[in-house]
Amino acid sequence: MQFLGYLISGISLGSVYALIALGYTMVYGIAKMLNFAHGDVIMVGGYMVYFTFCSRGWNPLLAVLFAMAVCTLLGITIERVAYRPLRSAPSLAVLITAIGVSFLLQNSAMLLWKSDPKSFTSIISMDPITIAGGQLSIPAETIVTILVSVIIMIILIWFVNKTRIGHAMKAVSEDRGAAQLMGINVNGIISLTFAIGSGLAAIAGALLLSSYPTLIPTTGAMPGIKAFVAAVFGGIGSIPGAFLGGVLLGVIENLSKAYISTQLSDAIVFLVLIIVLLVKPTGLLGKKTAVKV
Amino acid sequence: MAKKGGNNRKKSTRTYIFSFALILVFWAVVEILGHMNMLSSKMLGLLIPICAYAIMAVSLNLVVGFLGELSLGHAAFMLAGATAGVVFYNSAGLNMPQVLRVIITLVIGAAAAGLFGVIVGVPVLRFSGDYLAIVTLAFCQILKNVLSTTYLGVDSAGIHLAFDQGSFRLEPGAKPLIKGAQPISGINKISPDMMVSFTVGIVLLILTVAFVLNLMNSRAGRAITAIRDDEIAAKSIGINLTRYKLMAFISSAVFAGLAGVIYVLNLSTLDFKKYDYNLSINVLVMVVLGGMGNVPGSIIAAALLTFLPELLRNFSQYRMFIYSIVLIVIMLFNQAPAFVQLRQRLTAKIRGKNAQEPEGGEKADTEFFEAKKQGKEDE
Amino acid sequence: MALLEVTNLGISFGGLQAVSGFELEIESGHLYGLIGPNGAGKTTAFNMLTGMYVPSQGNIVLDGVDITGKSPEFISKAGIARTFQNIRLFKGMSVLDNVKVGMHNRVTYSMWHGIFRDGVFRDRERQMDKKAMDLLDVFGIADKADYVASQLPYGEQRKLEICRALASDPKLLLLDEPAAGMNPNETLELRETVRKVRDDFNIAILLIEHDMKFVMGICEEITVLEYGKIIAHGDPESVSNDPRVIAAYLGGDDD
Repeated sequence: MQFLGYLISGISLGSVYALIALGYTMVYGIAKMLNFAHGDVIMVGGYMVYFTFCSRGWNPLLAVLFAMAVCTLLGITIERVAYRPLRSAPSLAVLITAIGVSFLLQNSAMLLWKSDPKSFTSIISMDPITIAGGQLSIPAETIVTILVSVIIMIILIWFVNKTRIGHAMKAVSEDRGAAQLMGINVNGIISLTFAIGSGLAAIAGALLLSSYPTLIPTTGAMPGIKAFVAAVFGGIGSIPGAFLGGVLLGVIENLSKAYISTQLSDAIVFLVLIIVLLVKPTGLLGKKTAVKV
Repeated sequence: MAKKGGNNRKKSTRTYIFSFALILVFWAVVEILGHMNMLSSKMLGLLIPICAYAIMAVSLNLVVGFLGELSLGHAAFMLAGATAGVVFYNSAGLNMPQVLRVIITLVIGAAAAGLFGVIVGVPVLRFSGDYLAIVTLAFCQILKNVLSTTYLGVDSAGIHLAFDQGSFRLEPGAKPLIKGAQPISGINKISPDMMVSFTVGIVLLILTVAFVLNLMNSRAGRAITAIRDDEIAAKSIGINLTRYKLMAFISSAVFAGLAGVIYVLNLSTLDFKKYDYNLSINVLVMVVLGGMGNVPGSIIAAALLTFLPELLRNFSQYRMFIYSIVLIVIMLFNQAPAFVQLRQRLTAKIRGKNAQEPEGGEKADTEFFEAKKQGKEDE
Repeated sequence: MALLEVTNLGISFGGLQAVSGFELEIESGHLYGLIGPNGAGKTTAFNMLTGMYVPSQGNIVLDGVDITGKSPEFISKAGIARTFQNIRLFKGMSVLDNVKVGMHNRVTYSMWHGIFRDGVFRDRERQMDKKAMDLLDVFGIADKADYVASQLPYGEQRKLEICRALASDPKLLLLDEPAAGMNPNETLELRETVRKVRDDFNIAILLIEHDMKFVMGICEEITVLEYGKIIAHGDPESVSNDPRVIAAYLGGDDD
């Protein structure tokens, strides 16, 4: 029974990773870049919800929508200002710039909102659910997080596979030049990808902080890195892969915390990543690309 | 035939002279100011960190600038070297003459970091690009976490090693060497005289620079640069990619280990938490600001970025903020095609008749990235 | 025995047979051509000969040494060097260093000689400099030894790539579309260069080329590939009159 509890909270944590990983994977698939600053967008989303919902008592849904709007705007701005000029530059240059953006977001938050931890009130005000005759109590946050993530993933898969814009996204991801020739607005599609990813990050931030309520300017860094690990784990560029990777990662992390060691749980997560990549360099659901001589 | 390799040779000689002159002038200025008692204690405290960061940056440049692979785990090698060194320094080294003790500590630190370099390098160098970056980062986190759960001590019954506090028992009076996540403290300085420690740091920096420059100006260095510019062509002329990638990677790790040793001996405490990917990224920023493949540039950038907080003491909360903006602006300015073209037009105008002046040896970031990118596109 | 003997060489990628039954016999001091429509498998054949791809079947023997499926490093040491369709120079290195790195396995010394810059290091480096400058001289680009490779004009980049390949003292030189992107004058000059290389260095040359005038004018023996199979083999005269070859080129108009 205890195991089931750890498993469920692992899936919940993994669902948050999955939401963040979706942002990483879509941006990587379409803009071919590793947006290192993605994790810090979560943190910004967290502060937005904190200032509206926790401090001013807004309606939680309204607060999350507001945070999504701010993060979407932030994501588009970051892409426009820092990444677009480097669109044709090599990946190393873009990655270092992204690291710079990540630093900038963290330090701006430090200046604006100070480094003292803010304690976050959960946006979900429901009672825990007890099952198995009271033996196991699952916090409502856990259930909501899992449900929200599953719904979002289904919507995203539908969006990418069934809509015109989704097809355009796939086209840009396959061959940017050809997509441009076909009259697709590549810049628009990339902006949209950043917008979606950042919006999801805001939701992820709200859900993450509802379960783990300490908010500081570096709150997003570790979940961001782990979500990236999840994206790579599942096969970067693949939406179901990001989800699978996120959930697995969350479960592994939670179970190692419960049964092996809290201190070592991160090490185990990273070790699993390294092993997966060595066995299957493209990740669990990734596609193989051939090198032409 | 008369000007056999002339300019090329001159260029590399210039780099040698400039690098060593830079270090020696820095040393001399500090010595003079030190003897005149003109250095504040804060300044004195920065001397070793500057040497350590300069060694870190120069050694990381070997991997990032010369080999062209992005490592986000350089702090791990520093940590490996520091930990191994301190364990010796605080145990077997206690009864040795200080000179011997420091030398052996340095050797052990370098060897441990090199060994960790082998452990990381063999699997990791099968990846490239973003994947290599994330896997090196992963190794760095793993080492930090594992050390944070390690308990190590020596008593009359021998060596005790445990991975949880419960099963770690020492005889009363025996001092533990590693106590899990608690920082190791009470590490004696190399010498009570800061100037002596500083000279040790300078000597190590000179060794590092000499090694890196000599390596890059030899057959092995050409092979490493060739791999950076075009892996497939390098393979076709019979270069063993794994061998030279490992050579660059492990050498880089060894020097990071040395940096780790002098850094902690100066600080007197070793806190594993501090050696995370943020530190790796800070060193990476030094390499990028100093210029890819530019050794003196790395030294200058390391010194400036270590001094910066002292210079900006009154704005210390803005330091990282400014730092991040500078990083973004420099990347955009150096890499964005629009800026690059603008800059090229400007330099062409300034150079005028001297246009097309040949260059060799190290090169500007732009060219580095262009070569890298074209290699990628051709695949 | 011939310098290079290739028998029944084939490779498949995920069930697709890219090349099959490829045969070739090459003698020292001669010039051979490998032609065929786009996608016929010419570069794939080169990649098998140089160890970039591991063949699924068949044998490659160079000068009595079996090199089938060996590493590029082994094959380079055994004596095959190549150039690439889309020039692959070490763009950030100087012209001189590009040639010196070509001697990687010919003039050797350990890393430590380089670190300590001892007598061995100085001696070998001098030896390399001389050899490299002599090679560059043959191609008339010795005066540009200190340029960064990417600063050279296109035609000279092609020459430098051949120089680099020759620096490894090959017995067999593979040229992948050396005349691609050249104007008629440059092509003419290239023809002389290739002949000169064969005569001065007394090596065998196998080249892939789409410029038929170039191939017919220079090669002594030509092999024609279509869909991964040899459809003709012989001297330029007989190959160019072979109805199957004509059909292959006129029918397969993706060229």
